[in-house]
Amino acid sequence: MRRFLRPGHDPVRERLKRDLFQFNKTVEHGFPHQPSALGYSPFLRLMAIGTRSGAIKLYGAPGVEFMGLHEENNTVMQIHFIPDQCQLVTLLDDNSLHLWSLKQHSGASELREEHRFTLKGPPGSPPSATQITAVLPHSSREVLYLGTESGNIFVVELPLFRVLEDRTITSEAVLQRVPEDYCNRRSCELVEALQEHPKNPDQILIGYSRGLIVLWDLQNNKVTHQFLGSQQLENLYWQRDGSKFISCHYDGSYTQWPVSSDNRQPEPLENLVPYGPFPCKAISKIYWQTTKNGLPYIIFQGGMPRASYGDRHSISVVHGSQQTAFDFTSRVIDFFIIFSSEPTAEYDDPSAMVVLAEEELVVIDLKTAGWPALHPPYLASLHCSAITCSHHVSNIPLKLWERIISAGSKQNVHYSNMPWPIDGGTNIAPDPPQRDLLLTGHEDGTVRFWDASGVCLHLLYKLSTVRVFLTDADPNDNMNMLGEDEWPPLRKVGTFDPYSDDPRLGIQKIYLCKYSGYLAVAGTAGQVLVMELNDEDAEHVVDHAEADLLQDQEGYRWKGHEKLKTRDGPVRFEAGFQPFVLVQCQPPAVVTSLALHSEWKLVAFGTSHGFGLFDHQQKRLVFVKCTLHPSDQLALEGPLSRVKSLKKSLRQSFRRIRRSRVSSRKRRGASGNASEVQEANAKFDQDALQEMELAPVQRKIEARSAEDSFTGFVRTLYFADTFLRDSSRHCPSLWAGTNGGTVYAFCLRVPPAERRMDEPVRAEQAKEIQLMHRAPVVGILVLDGRSTPLPEPLEVAHDLSKSPDMQGSHQLLVVSEEQFKVFTLPKVSSKLKLKLTALEGCRVRKVTVANFGSCKTDDYSENDLAVLTNLGDIQIISLPFLKLQIRYPCIRKEDVSGIASCVFTKYGQGFYLISPSEFERFSLSTKWLVEPRCLVDMPEVTSNNHVHNKSGMENAARKSRSLGDYGEDERKSGRLMEHALLNDEKVLKEIQSTLEGGR
Amino acid sequence: EFRRFSLERSKPGKFEEFYGLLQHVHKIPNVDVLVGYTDVHGDLLPINNDDNYHKAVSTANPLLRIFIQRKEDADYSAFGTDTMTRKKNVLSNVLRPDNHKKKPHIVISMPQDFRPVSSIIDVDILPETHRRVRLYKYGTDKPLGFYIRDGSSVRVTPHGLEKVPGIFISRLVPGGLAQSTGLLAVNDEVLEVNGIEVSGKSLDQVTDMMIANSRNLIITVRPANQRNNVVRNSRTSGSSGQSTESSLPSSTPNILANILQGEEESDEEDIIIEDSGEPQQIPKAAPTSESLESLTQIELLHESTQNGFLPSSEMNLNHSAGSISMEYEVQDPDHKSLEEDGTIITL
Repeated sequence: MRRFLRPGHDPVRERLKRDLFQFNKTVEHGFPHQPSALGYSPFLRLMAIGTRSGAIKLYGAPGVEFMGLHEENNTVMQIHFIPDQCQLVTLLDDNSLHLWSLKQHSGASELREEHRFTLKGPPGSPPSATQITAVLPHSSREVLYLGTESGNIFVVELPLFRVLEDRTITSEAVLQRVPEDYCNRRSCELVEALQEHPKNPDQILIGYSRGLIVLWDLQNNKVTHQFLGSQQLENLYWQRDGSKFISCHYDGSYTQWPVSSDNRQPEPLENLVPYGPFPCKAISKIYWQTTKNGLPYIIFQGGMPRASYGDRHSISVVHGSQQTAFDFTSRVIDFFIIFSSEPTAEYDDPSAMVVLAEEELVVIDLKTAGWPALHPPYLASLHCSAITCSHHVSNIPLKLWERIISAGSKQNVHYSNMPWPIDGGTNIAPDPPQRDLLLTGHEDGTVRFWDASGVCLHLLYKLSTVRVFLTDADPNDNMNMLGEDEWPPLRKVGTFDPYSDDPRLGIQKIYLCKYSGYLAVAGTAGQVLVMELNDEDAEHVVDHAEADLLQDQEGYRWKGHEKLKTRDGPVRFEAGFQPFVLVQCQPPAVVTSLALHSEWKLVAFGTSHGFGLFDHQQKRLVFVKCTLHPSDQLALEGPLSRVKSLKKSLRQSFRRIRRSRVSSRKRRGASGNASEVQEANAKFDQDALQEMELAPVQRKIEARSAEDSFTGFVRTLYFADTFLRDSSRHCPSLWAGTNGGTVYAFCLRVPPAERRMDEPVRAEQAKEIQLMHRAPVVGILVLDGRSTPLPEPLEVAHDLSKSPDMQGSHQLLVVSEEQFKVFTLPKVSSKLKLKLTALEGCRVRKVTVANFGSCKTDDYSENDLAVLTNLGDIQIISLPFLKLQIRYPCIRKEDVSGIASCVFTKYGQGFYLISPSEFERFSLSTKWLVEPRCLVDMPEVTSNNHVHNKSGMENAARKSRSLGDYGEDERKSGRLMEHALLNDEKVLKEIQSTLEGGR
Repeated sequence: EFRRFSLERSKPGKFEEFYGLLQHVHKIPNVDVLVGYTDVHGDLLPINNDDNYHKAVSTANPLLRIFIQRKEDADYSAFGTDTMTRKKNVLSNVLRPDNHKKKPHIVISMPQDFRPVSSIIDVDILPETHRRVRLYKYGTDKPLGFYIRDGSSVRVTPHGLEKVPGIFISRLVPGGLAQSTGLLAVNDEVLEVNGIEVSGKSLDQVTDMMIANSRNLIITVRPANQRNNVVRNSRTSGSSGQSTESSLPSSTPNILANILQGEEESDEEDIIIEDSGEPQQIPKAAPTSESLESLTQIELLHESTQNGFLPSSEMNLNHSAGSISMEYEVQDPDHKSLEEDGTIITL
């Protein structure tokens, strides 16, 4: 009978599992991948960003976030908020319009798609007749004016998108009063811009691409004014009082036009090419903002001299004699100006400029002299330099948290102090349960510290390891220093900088001890840095040691990169984490594992050749161990260069053959009488392809052996105070696991604190375990007498953990890619195992111990293993009995970089990259859930009150309200979003390429 | 020399004990010998393990005739069917070694000295169109030597014939284990790996499963060539690689699965090297406190004399501990049932 009582069918346990585990994708952090459209509602003070994969994201005050996804996954071309409504309209590249609205549902607002619509012309008309080029939501909130490629303007009624055919403004009607000679020269062509008169809602300004601009009277259905522009039109902007408007043009010029009742066909007031006289690029968008002192702000995108600065992505701000051309790091998608939106205000009084570039969001403070940038509280560009690794630390002590923030604030002095101007909506999510840090390592040798406690992933502090080394890039080389008279007055803004000076600087492993403030960082060229947090600037010498991991091996030659050159003499470090020890592995292969024990003051590091232990108190190398198998030649050839390139070239040659076959067919079809040579060629291709098809994708089935490549690759390192030699006396120990399924255990003797500097740390190998299945060891863990994982160093000293049970017998858990095995200690006997691969065909990619609390009772929590497999599934496995608790599909198995980037937190949450610039946050716990929950209210439209202030006060009052149930929709859309991203072939390719580069 | 002694039929004990008893009775404590007996059919059969020893005792009628030979001058050819009908010759061979010299035989090792490399199993419970092949990777230096690929096969479903994706053997490496057994062939469809169905799994998943099970791989295939199938209840079989297991009287699947499981576990043991001493197989953990105590006692003793850093003494300790573990490895009912829960092969 027992056989049929499978684990997991115990009803009590099943109930408990429901109280402990729950899978949710909660929020996406970072910058949306491939943004394509920007919108802003001055009324709601919300910003909307659309992406190439059809996602739309709304941002307001920090913590206020909404996400929606168009089912079509098509590029979002335009976003328009409906004036004074919680609604917006999106235009996709399939010419469909979508109406979204923010509706309250059980206490929180939700973004929902209400209606969709595709404009259809009369039967037989070309598709261009209805191709929408400009959208104007009318201030009456009842209709949308849709400009099309044909030059006709259609009117649709909201919210159902009913076409009001009798109100269509045809190009014929417009041309009636236009002078003949102008008409002959240029027909109307497509509608480039539609703008409503700021004072008179019955008049709209229509701009056609060839340059004609007309003011249309909606009441009488006729043209009242016509402006005969001579340049190809890009955009239009009304001045606040409606007496003038500006048009900007393809040739880099802008023109001011007067609008008065006496002249129906006025001449331009002013025509200017700001960066002339040489040919300039188009000015694609322009703002003319009035101020009290009479000097307007003229802000325009583009217009740079074509020959010398045509490649710049610039937006120029002109205010009197001040002029700056902000030079962005990537293409400008769109921008808007935040200005006084009150209808009664006399001036625009612009306060900030918000620019959506392809890779980052930049906000410029226009109030403060010098126009400094603002530090955005969200939409951080995680990928300023490509992310190479990440590390999460939960529950940071307040002291350390404050010190990191203070170090970071010293770096941010050049930012504006202006409060974040996009502040609509109210964040009603409960305060984050604890202070969490996410550390990301980057290709350029920096480590960024993110506040990962809540919905807004916010940069706290940035650490650079570059100063320790001598690199080719001259640190004094400052490209941005431009002389006073420089023209155009370019100024670089933004932080996106994907170009690494030296790939060897890349960060590969990070370990932060939150109690002591010790940080260990290891990189691509075998460098290991140990750092300490210092609140002041300091100049000191970094102690330097070398660890020769090949020691007793003869006749090997490293063909990879050279080690980094170090800077001699003292180096000046800014306040923050300052390195005091540098260990360089020899050969300088990438560091594959790292462990720091802040109490014993030891750091352990491993590469593909072996591992070493360094005493950072005495600054002495304790020992090194070579794990290289004599037959493993590949490990010496550098960072997997050969293997990768071989695979790649095979793939490419395959593709080439395919392509040539296709092209040869085409050729034959086209010419008909193909020469014999061509035919022979084609035949050869055909044969080659057939050969390929005869040998389909196949996989070799072979047992692993000690001779396999990279068996010595050190995958995991672990410090433990346990019973390694005998069951009566525990001692410090270091454990290492390799790719070949070997576990080494070293017994350490660390002198007591009072003699710590006098006696050397000793280490002796005590055990070596060879797993018979030889799968890579990805995790090692010691469980104490109560089967609880041993606490982190200093955790007990800070009263944050019960001291481990040193009475009962300890157990060793070894996690390989294929199996989980529990062994007894000190005598290593196998006690328990769970085979994963043999049964399910999946392998362990990431594993962590996580603490799960019950959502029902406060006093129950348990430790389990959170496991991510190569199929993208997350499994929770109980400790110490290794029973599978639950399984959730999380990441698509094709998304290798997503799987590789995943980090788990100690309390059952996790992060993984869904694009180079975005982390998806997920939660496995019922108790710890960080997700946006916010409210957007319709501010009352009052003429005298300051709209924003009022809503802010209301919001503050509302914040104390109780919280209801969470909606399900947001989660669903989260999943869809990711799906959309991965459906995009380009994204996949990019992920692939970053992965290949990262390895 | 002849000896006669009695044995309790109901409690025969273990072969090793019996072997020791024989050595004791014959006063040849340090001489390796071969033990044989004559069964009811008059065949001279070997006794070299618990199973055939028990068989011998249980079939004794009532007398059990045992033959003992020195291992070094043993005549292996003496064993087998109909050996006793040639009794005279055999006995003369056995009893008169000089005769043996005149007719040198090719020495064929005892079955125990062979290691199986492959077998067809579970013929009794599988459809005749399927074949379950077990490849023993351990003990041979040969590579497994085969490749698998994606493909499609036709299944009969309630909705008629349907084309479904499947996994097929795509290539056999010449000289590899898979090819040398003759039990697997190109285009055989793989249905199960160690009892787990592969349908719905990707090629990569099946590859990982096979590699994870590579030390004791059991593949159920639908052979591309259906003409060599095992015909049930028939003595003669077409396959030359047919092992004795397939012609054994059928046992219940569960028992078979347990046997498989047990064997698999024993050859999956990891190796531990303590203090750079000799490698050892890692024993299973002891559920009894007794052995642990004895272990700690030894170690305490050891602790009091040494400082804990001498490898030589540690090695001795390990040897003693190893022998203890050998004992309890056999009897570990708790552990067994646990394995059943986790990884039983459902057939």
